[in-house]
Amino acid sequence: MSSDTLAPPVPPGGGGPATALHDAWVVTLRNLRRMTRIPEMVVFSSIQPIMFVLLFAYVFGGAIPVPGAEGNTAYREFLLPGIFVQTLAFTAATTSVGLADDLHKGLIDRFRSLPISRSAVLAGRTTADWLQNLFVLLVMAACGLVVGWRIHDGFLKAVAGFVVLMLFAYAMSWIGATIGLSVRTVEAANTIGFIWIFPLTFLSNAFVPARKISPQWLQNVADWNPVSSTVQSLRGLWGNPDGYVGPKNMPWPIEHATWVSLFWSVLILAVFIPLSVRKYRSVSA
Amino acid sequence: MAAIEAEGLVKIYGGSKKSKEVRALDGVDLAVPEGTILGLLGPNGAGKTTAVRVLTTLLKPDAGTASVLGLDVVHKATAVRRLIGLSGQYAAVDENLTGRENLVMVGRLYHMGKATAEQRAGELLEEFALTDAADRPSKTYSGGMRRRLDLAAALVVKPPVIFLDEPTTGLDPRTRIAMWDVIAGLVKGGTTLLLTTQYLEEADRLADSIVVVDHGKVIARGTADELKAQIGGERLQIVVSDADRLAEAAELLGRMGTGEARVHQQSREILVPVAGGAQLLVEAIRQLDGVGIKIDDVALRRPTLDDVFMQLTGRPAEEESDAASDEGLEREEAAR
Repeated sequence: MSSDTLAPPVPPGGGGPATALHDAWVVTLRNLRRMTRIPEMVVFSSIQPIMFVLLFAYVFGGAIPVPGAEGNTAYREFLLPGIFVQTLAFTAATTSVGLADDLHKGLIDRFRSLPISRSAVLAGRTTADWLQNLFVLLVMAACGLVVGWRIHDGFLKAVAGFVVLMLFAYAMSWIGATIGLSVRTVEAANTIGFIWIFPLTFLSNAFVPARKISPQWLQNVADWNPVSSTVQSLRGLWGNPDGYVGPKNMPWPIEHATWVSLFWSVLILAVFIPLSVRKYRSVSA
Repeated sequence: MAAIEAEGLVKIYGGSKKSKEVRALDGVDLAVPEGTILGLLGPNGAGKTTAVRVLTTLLKPDAGTASVLGLDVVHKATAVRRLIGLSGQYAAVDENLTGRENLVMVGRLYHMGKATAEQRAGELLEEFALTDAADRPSKTYSGGMRRRLDLAAALVVKPPVIFLDEPTTGLDPRTRIAMWDVIAGLVKGGTTLLLTTQYLEEADRLADSIVVVDHGKVIARGTADELKAQIGGERLQIVVSDADRLAEAAELLGRMGTGEARVHQQSREILVPVAGGAQLLVEAIRQLDGVGIKIDDVALRRPTLDDVFMQLTGRPAEEESDAASDEGLEREEAAR
């Protein structure tokens, strides 16, 4: 054993944002590598949304009319943005399960004993989950194209839609981070994810045109649900049917869906990033 | 200046209406001179892990101060993290990464360049005899290999101060002894090491000085020899053939000893502290023979740390019921 001691080099950038980015990237690569080691994780995370696309498109498709749109593929075009948002909302569960697992196995202790930025582990986790989502989204989009979904309004708006969607996914991931550091087991992280994400995604316009939910307060919740505004934003940007038949039938948050969605995503990030970093600093396995 | 210093550390868990307050650390003082090994010894739930978590900046103490190489662990936490290596009780390696990838990742997180981190990983894999398994996911490793990898991860930057929390718990005896050799090698070059253990033999074998903790308090400190001296000299150990005459033999030997004789019914063993060495041993055998008590085994031995622990706490170091109370403490910790 070599015996001389060697203090670690002073980090590039003297511990500022450059260090934080470097640390987060190292952790991101570690998480991505895990995905390649457990390929079934990635495979299953794409199979489920594909299944949803096919089941909803062919089972419910004929039974759910979309006001203002005609034809075989009307519901499928309506549905796809909904499926995208729902699938990416579940990132929150992926992130919390991943962190709960690291916590349980003592890896968070290892990371916390290293001289790395306080946000690195969380940023690395959410970034890796985000990249995995991007992949899943591409798979789903390809599947959507096969069943008849199209983007109608040109390249720029198409990209804008993907930006809105992926920002939303990133925000959800940070909610998951806070939960993952708060629960004690992987199982709890998983269960809790389902308990709040399912109602969140179903109490929205994702799968059925949401204009006649009663009682009224529930309708209001659905209208202000970030899932609804994100889905509506995508339908608007991509020229997919939305079931509202023109702006005069839209409640305010739906009429301004893109801005409302962006507002929600930024608000969620502004609340949950500091919250989860604070949790991380004092968390113990 | 000691490399690791702690004064009056207190850490309290729980204390809400639902759970009883647990004083995991209750005024612990420590000082580890540079280049020495301190053994922190105690049963499960004594507060060893909590002490390590405070000293390695993972946990803030409720009272008291601690420093590593003069840097306060609370106020200079980041600077402290650059100087320490931690290898925990539960092997904290990423089981989906290979051994090499684990070590390179840690090196990169210490802000080594890529090439340096890879070179260092190679060196460590060699030193810890993991080269053959270097490119296999670490979940395929045996318990001993994982511990070695975990220890290697703590040594990536050759830190001047190393904390090992129960490095051999759960290892089979052969692997444990191999691990001892690895640990003993660490300090040859001036590294300071704090090691927690519930194995008395381990502290005896590795540590320059020992601190015994129980219920969050330091109950004894000194070198292994000092601790043994503290509880008196040798022990006369006799195994009687006939269980029926155990009490009679114990009474006879008790009169010859310097303290109370302890009797183990099951093993028919009598243990009595004595002074007088070999001459007394001969005398004891003669007297027993004189009243016709047959013996299976006899020995005169120096006290072990087990005897120390028994004397200090009134119970053996490794005790079943303590495992249960430790689980309680872990739940408290988790509740935080």
